[in-house]
Amino acid sequence: MGSVKPIPSPAISADERSHEVDHPSSLVAHFGPEQPLRLDCGIDLSPFQIAYQTYGELNADRSNAVLICHALTGDQHVANVHPVTGKPGWWETLVGPGRPIDPKHYFIICSNVIGGCMGSTGPASINPATGKVWGLDFPVITIPDMVRAQAMLIDRLGIDTLFAVVGGSMGGMQVLQWTAAYPERVFSALAIACATRHSAQNIAFHELGRQAVMADPDWHGGGYADRGIHPHRGLAVARMAAHITYLSDAALHRKFGRRMQDRELPTFSFDADFQVESYLRYQGSSFVERFDANSYLYLTRAMDYFDIAADHGGVLAKAFAGIRTRFCVVSFTSDWLFPTSESRALVHALNASSARVSFAEIETDRGHDAFLLDVPEFFDISRAFLQSAGKARGLSLEDR
Amino acid sequence: MSVQEVLPLNGVATAPSGQFRADHLLVAEMVKPGSKVLDVGCGDGDLLQLLETRGIDGRGIELSREGVNRCVAKGLAVVQGDADTDLVNYPDDAFDYVILSQTLQATRQPKVVLENLLRIGRRAIVSFPNFGFWKMRLQLLIGGHMPRTENLPATWYDTANIHFCTIKDFVQLCDEINVKMERSVALDLYGRPVPLNLPWWVWNMFGEQGVFLLSRGGGT
Repeated sequence: MGSVKPIPSPAISADERSHEVDHPSSLVAHFGPEQPLRLDCGIDLSPFQIAYQTYGELNADRSNAVLICHALTGDQHVANVHPVTGKPGWWETLVGPGRPIDPKHYFIICSNVIGGCMGSTGPASINPATGKVWGLDFPVITIPDMVRAQAMLIDRLGIDTLFAVVGGSMGGMQVLQWTAAYPERVFSALAIACATRHSAQNIAFHELGRQAVMADPDWHGGGYADRGIHPHRGLAVARMAAHITYLSDAALHRKFGRRMQDRELPTFSFDADFQVESYLRYQGSSFVERFDANSYLYLTRAMDYFDIAADHGGVLAKAFAGIRTRFCVVSFTSDWLFPTSESRALVHALNASSARVSFAEIETDRGHDAFLLDVPEFFDISRAFLQSAGKARGLSLEDR
Repeated sequence: MSVQEVLPLNGVATAPSGQFRADHLLVAEMVKPGSKVLDVGCGDGDLLQLLETRGIDGRGIELSREGVNRCVAKGLAVVQGDADTDLVNYPDDAFDYVILSQTLQATRQPKVVLENLLRIGRRAIVSFPNFGFWKMRLQLLIGGHMPRTENLPATWYDTANIHFCTIKDFVQLCDEINVKMERSVALDLYGRPVPLNLPWWVWNMFGEQGVFLLSRGGGT
């Protein structure tokens, strides 16, 4: 435990990526045959491992632990330099010294989800039964499976109740699953830009991405790892399409408009004439350097299956009946992937359960991605919510 | 029930204090410590903050995004919502008190809202500007224009207040929907209670606002 030092960034190569899968540049919790992970599909996954990072110190009462849940393509490197890309942590706007989630006050934990490719067991890991990469033999996982695995990690760290569970997008789904599955273990929950179920439109976008991966001849029915190749092109297209859904028309227009890329006139070709094309191509190609194609299939599938109400007889409020967790729900005006109406439905259900809930919609034109960007109003709200919850929890949030 | 039967609140000191509004202090006095309260139309959360200092578990609904965000940034449990459309989502008896402070006149269906308040809460506390206040009457009678005051400065064409009423009107509505008035106070222009020994029409004339503690009436 304790602070994790920034990790130096090696040059990117395919070997480095697969190295992170088995030997992550972070802490790892191993779970042997005596502790299988019971999956929703009925399979016991064993053995398995969870890669995680921690920041700050656990206090004497073990009451200041904050679990950060990452989004679809995130990982455990929330507030340190990424070991593969060399870029800053993916949520350093929210997590870090002087930020709303400050390691000075909280013991911060972030783990790679089960099914991921940055060190937690997933389709890119080695199947101990065969000695080969799992590929499509890996069982299909769900958001509740991810949360079950996280709960095992929290047990392993000797923490009974988390002070807060925080996440956006797929991370927000995990936050909600935590409160539905372990209400007594979550003192406060900050659910950002998320929903209690994945909409038909969002499933459709995910299917588009998966079909792009599967259409790449290098995918080989998911068995590319044995051939030492990776369906880069398909995965890049999937990422490009998904990336559009994370932005907004207004944001794209403000950032790129119809401006040309390093040229004055159209080339009358299919070259990336427009800046927006060049940007998307960059997003696609940089993504494939750090992400496994099969992992992308599994994690998008997990989001598709997510529907808390369905797990509670179709009545969302039942999922939160009698809950004492303090909630803060945040949405963004221009987010059309997880629009405010989804957050509002959640808030209505929480109200119906008489839960203590704050709900703020933040005005921004930056789309779904706003939760990862520098949006001061969002930080003010997050900070105030956690401070108020900290007071109720009896945490000392003064400088120490 | 008639206006004369309304029992005024006894012994409430409501001189305006530096930090909190007189009507907020009066409302806070009506809430028993340790209870659970929903403030509908909570604005910037001033009343909720006052209630929290008294150990009351307060929640809020506010229509304006700016108001909500300011409340949440103060650490208050406030959600964005509309009194007219969102109260239906709350279960029966969810709160000990539901407060509607200076908001009734801005709702589209005051009667339905009032009924919802007393479904969600075992008691309701409602305050509103009294349109029977002498200054209002004078502006209409002598000035011949829609009244505007310091507290209600908006013009008729841009005001959010679409359902003004007088204290008398409100008492009649409570009667009509079988709501019991447990306590009632009229505050004058300076936030002081109108003396209790004066007849009811004085209230309706000199009360700048009315504050009522309501509960469900028995019988039909």
